[in-house]
Amino acid sequence: MTTGLLIVQILNGLQLGILLFLVAAGLTLVFGVMDFINLAHGVQYMLGAYLAVTFIGLTGSFLLGLALALAAALLIGLALEFLIFRHLYERDHLDQVLATFGLILLLNQAVKMVWGAAPLSVAVPELLSGNVRLLDGILYPTYRFVLIGAGLAVAALLWFIVEKTRTGMLLRAGASNAPMVSALGVDIRKLFMIVFAFGTMLAGFAGVMAAPILSVEPGMGDNILILAFVVIVVGGIGSIRGAFVGALIVGLVDTLGRSFMNDLLRLFMSAPSARATGAALSSMLIYLVMATVLFVRPEGLLPAKGRS
Amino acid sequence: MTVEASTQAAPPRPAAPARHRPVFVIALFLALAAVPLAVTLGLPAHWLTLVTRAMIFAIAALSLDLILGVGGLVSFGHAAFIGIGAYATGIMITEGQTEALIILPVLLAACAVFAAVTGAVSLRTRGVAFIMITLAFGQMAYFLAQALSAYGGDDGLTLYEQSTLAGFEPFANRTTFFYVVLAVLAFCHVLVRALVASRFGRVLRAARENATRVTMTGFDVGRVRLVAYVISGMIAGLSGFLLANQTEFVSPAFISWQRSGELIFMVVLGGVGSLHGAILGALAFLIAEDVLSGLTEHWKVIFGPMIVLFVLFTRGGLVGLLGRLTGRRDG
Repeated sequence: MTTGLLIVQILNGLQLGILLFLVAAGLTLVFGVMDFINLAHGVQYMLGAYLAVTFIGLTGSFLLGLALALAAALLIGLALEFLIFRHLYERDHLDQVLATFGLILLLNQAVKMVWGAAPLSVAVPELLSGNVRLLDGILYPTYRFVLIGAGLAVAALLWFIVEKTRTGMLLRAGASNAPMVSALGVDIRKLFMIVFAFGTMLAGFAGVMAAPILSVEPGMGDNILILAFVVIVVGGIGSIRGAFVGALIVGLVDTLGRSFMNDLLRLFMSAPSARATGAALSSMLIYLVMATVLFVRPEGLLPAKGRS
Repeated sequence: MTVEASTQAAPPRPAAPARHRPVFVIALFLALAAVPLAVTLGLPAHWLTLVTRAMIFAIAALSLDLILGVGGLVSFGHAAFIGIGAYATGIMITEGQTEALIILPVLLAACAVFAAVTGAVSLRTRGVAFIMITLAFGQMAYFLAQALSAYGGDDGLTLYEQSTLAGFEPFANRTTFFYVVLAVLAFCHVLVRALVASRFGRVLRAARENATRVTMTGFDVGRVRLVAYVISGMIAGLSGFLLANQTEFVSPAFISWQRSGELIFMVVLGGVGSLHGAILGALAFLIAEDVLSGLTEHWKVIFGPMIVLFVLFTRGGLVGLLGRLTGRRDG
């Protein structure tokens, strides 16, 4: 285990954490403010990636493609909200889970029909296709740095909106006690629309940004959805700060666990058994973290104020 | 820690009234018993296997309904028990032990221990935390199965023999297998229904409505829930035993979170808390999946919207729908 490798893996962990944060931020708001479990949130991430494939291919420009893909992702999200989700807000959680699971089936398959089942890829924009030299002989792709930077910028913007604007104040109030906000004369439906549009855009953005570094394939949203749920319960439901901290914890623990668990176990195990145990243990690691957090603090690390 | 209580106005409400209508249940089991006959009369032959498989999942869904519907505890890791049952069967058969009279006690004990340990931890949480902590344990079981490299690891384990029962081979013939599964399903249904009707079941149901009040009445809610969780896990393990014998293959995919999710969907589809609803839900889910996938490879494009429309326009699942259709909705 060299310092260089450690730095690279920490950066990889940050990058996974940033992607998770973008998906989890929308999920935690929708869950916290609207009390709506949206399993189809992962599908928005997948749609973002597919739309990026199409629009970047059509326009030949990453930025233009990004803008168009975001707009399209927002439109699809709002259409779903209007047609389906708003009829589910009053229903119990199990109904919401069932209906949004149906949507996952539909959209995963629809994506397969439109774009094919084979994994697609997006070229890294030319300007960012180089590497950055970290130490002697250790290079890290520029695009991944940009991704981390863009994610942090979005997180900062989100922090500003949530903490410093009137809409953000309503969001926070909604996450603490939505019926009370409604009773005070705020148009809760409009607030819900804003929250939902917000979440959709963020998940779509994560999808577009991930498209050049991951393979774009049907079902890519399902695994990130489960990780995003882990993030929001670790962080505390309805809390953006919690989602940020939770996402970084999950991203770093998962990445570092996968890279170094093997070496760690080798210290007191034979090579083959270390490999087998390491593989199992490193995959389990984030779930162990989650179970521990939930056991000690069932409301999460940084719960939304006034919720517990 | 009252995320649920503060925001969720209505906890998952049982679809069917506590008073159950035996007519439905008897009709359901008679219809199931007639499937082999229907196959000899011209129903496609693979329906025998299909309905057997559906009934195996119905056993698992029924066991989930005991804690989810009756107990109000949404477990998102229930497939782990199917997996433990299936893996215990697979490993023992691979090691040369095919006798069900030896496999079953070991398997049930394994499920009971896993349920007791994970349940003792999970049941200290409520609501969403409970859902996620059971998911966490399910995922741990999943990755553990993947790491069993001596028994197939990621690729799964193919079984070259089926179990025997006291020297007989009840699983060799597909019709016999069908009736064995039907008998196990019927037994589990009677068992769970008796449990729910008992004093134990009343405490479990009452705790779903108001745990504090039940505690104040002098019952140990945590212990009652843990016992229900263990029983539920053991029944699900039994379905894993049958599943391993039917597919003659065991793989980590049996334990994936999607599987646990599907079990929840079966229960909700059928009607939460009514027990026979879980059976109906499992049958409907697997049969719809099979029939639709026979129509087109893009069957999910049909199945997905069907689920969405079903949730939007019906309440209380299939049992609720049936109740309204026959105009005998009580309660």
